[in-house]
Amino acid sequence: MSTITVTVNGKAHTSTVEPRTLLVHYLREHLNLTGTHIGCDTSQCGACVVHVDGKSIKACTVLAVQVDGASVTTIEGLAPAGELHPLQEGFWECHGLQCGYCTPGMIMAAADLLQQNPNPSDDEVRHGLEGNLCRCTGYHNIVRAVQYAAAKMRGDEVTA
Amino acid sequence: MIPAAFEYFAPGSVAEAIGLLEQHGDEAKLLAGGHSLLPALKLRLSQPGVLIDISRVAELHGIEAGDRLSIGAATTYAAIASDPAVLGGCAVLAECAGQIGDIQVRNRGTLGGALAHADPAADLPAVVLALDAAIAVQGPAGARSISADDMFVEMLTTALEPNEVVTRVTFPVLGAGEGASYAKLKHPASRYAIVGVAAYVRLHADGSVAAARVAVTGAGPRAERQHATESALVGSAGDAAAIAAAAELAGESMEYLGDIHASETYRRAMVKVYTRRALEQAVARARG
Ligand SMILES: Cc1cc2nc3c(=O)[nH]c(=O)nc-3n(C[C@H](O)[C@H](O)[C@H](O)COP(=O)(O)OP(=O)(O)OC[C@H]3O[C@@H](n4cnc5c(N)ncnc54)[C@H](O)[C@@H]3O)c2cc1C
Ligand code: FES
Ligand code: FES
Repeated sequence: MSTITVTVNGKAHTSTVEPRTLLVHYLREHLNLTGTHIGCDTSQCGACVVHVDGKSIKACTVLAVQVDGASVTTIEGLAPAGELHPLQEGFWECHGLQCGYCTPGMIMAAADLLQQNPNPSDDEVRHGLEGNLCRCTGYHNIVRAVQYAAAKMRGDEVTA
Repeated sequence: MIPAAFEYFAPGSVAEAIGLLEQHGDEAKLLAGGHSLLPALKLRLSQPGVLIDISRVAELHGIEAGDRLSIGAATTYAAIASDPAVLGGCAVLAECAGQIGDIQVRNRGTLGGALAHADPAADLPAVVLALDAAIAVQGPAGARSISADDMFVEMLTTALEPNEVVTRVTFPVLGAGEGASYAKLKHPASRYAIVGVAAYVRLHADGSVAAARVAVTGAGPRAERQHATESALVGSAGDAAAIAAAAELAGESMEYLGDIHASETYRRAMVKVYTRRALEQAVARARG
């Protein structure tokens, strides 16, 4: 067993885990943060995307022991409790989801994208989300949702 | 899917990592970005008893600019693709690293891991060969340098000895009259190379080709230089006709892999097409 200290959504957790514990299982089963989903479990679909030290990664392909000392943000920590992040609002307003399974990963990947590029073209949004698969909506409304959030975060006028 | 149980170490230095490798022998495996190793462990294709995580060893990080670019083995693709010294001096490396997988893969996968793993569909081995990069390694017997031409031996097999760690890779800084390019036919889902071609050229003042290095990945069991194409190009005018003729020679004496993604025949055809595209762009860049 290994002892790790990880700051998740601003709160430090010290936990004892088996070294083989995947980060996604650590978040879901040890910390009960079930917003991060497991889709493919093979690094393809992006349902498990979270941020480690500000960068998006696939939590099904990282060990919990590898983030010892790091800071992790999950979908639960993106906005203060009771508020929606502009991306969450955008997905709502633009109908960027149907079943919602892919949505936490989509939003975390999009949040990383908007950090790097606050004013992306539609093509750049699609390219930036190439690690995320959605089996329901098609990607059109997801792109609109990200553009809605981008505009809002830049302080531009927003339209759903 | 959960890997079989293993013991985990996170050494603070390369020397410590080598010590752990020696101590645990065949049981142990290095872990870097984990984006080839962890999927294999989850499928239980591999069940090492000990993982030695070198992804946070400080001396394996960072990009040093000078006469050559020296890049730490644990540097991620994302860090390489956005580094100003790489973009300025060796842009083809950023062009290649920036096309690997998706951004989440690029935030974890490392230069050293990609080269040590030597996946037949990996992108970076082609660029390493075309640029004649040097691979610095450290092991129980000390440090040595492996030339790109000696590194890739067979499918998933390199010139690394057991218990050796790739520490840094040095790339040339390209100057006036030099150009390089990476052209890739990517698998639409994983974005691994179905065929990837890296080309480097140096031109004489009169515009004719003084030197050329071309390497193909994805098509066969290992990344491979294309000597016939290179020789045909050197001494030519480097115009469209010369490039097309040289590209036709690519892949002729190579071993191919065919799989569910692309047949051997298709890969053979694409090697020529992507060699031509990579050369055209490399020459255009060399002309400035
Ligand atoms: C969804 C997905 C898509 C991908 N797409 C692409 C793609 O388009 N193109 C591409 O090229 N690759 C692709 N990859 C593979 C990716 O590039 C891997 O990161 C890479 O193959 C291995 O690097 P790593 O740092 O993750 O190494 P790890 O997985 O940690 O290690 C791989 C092997 O190398 C050894 N090793 C690692 N570092 C060293 C070192 N410094 N010295 C000696 N041995 C070492 C390990 O012991 C292990 O055997 C993809 C992977 C995934 C999951
Ligand atoms: S569950 Fe991690 S990428 Fe699909
Ligand atoms: S909304 Fe159902 S998978 Fe994307």
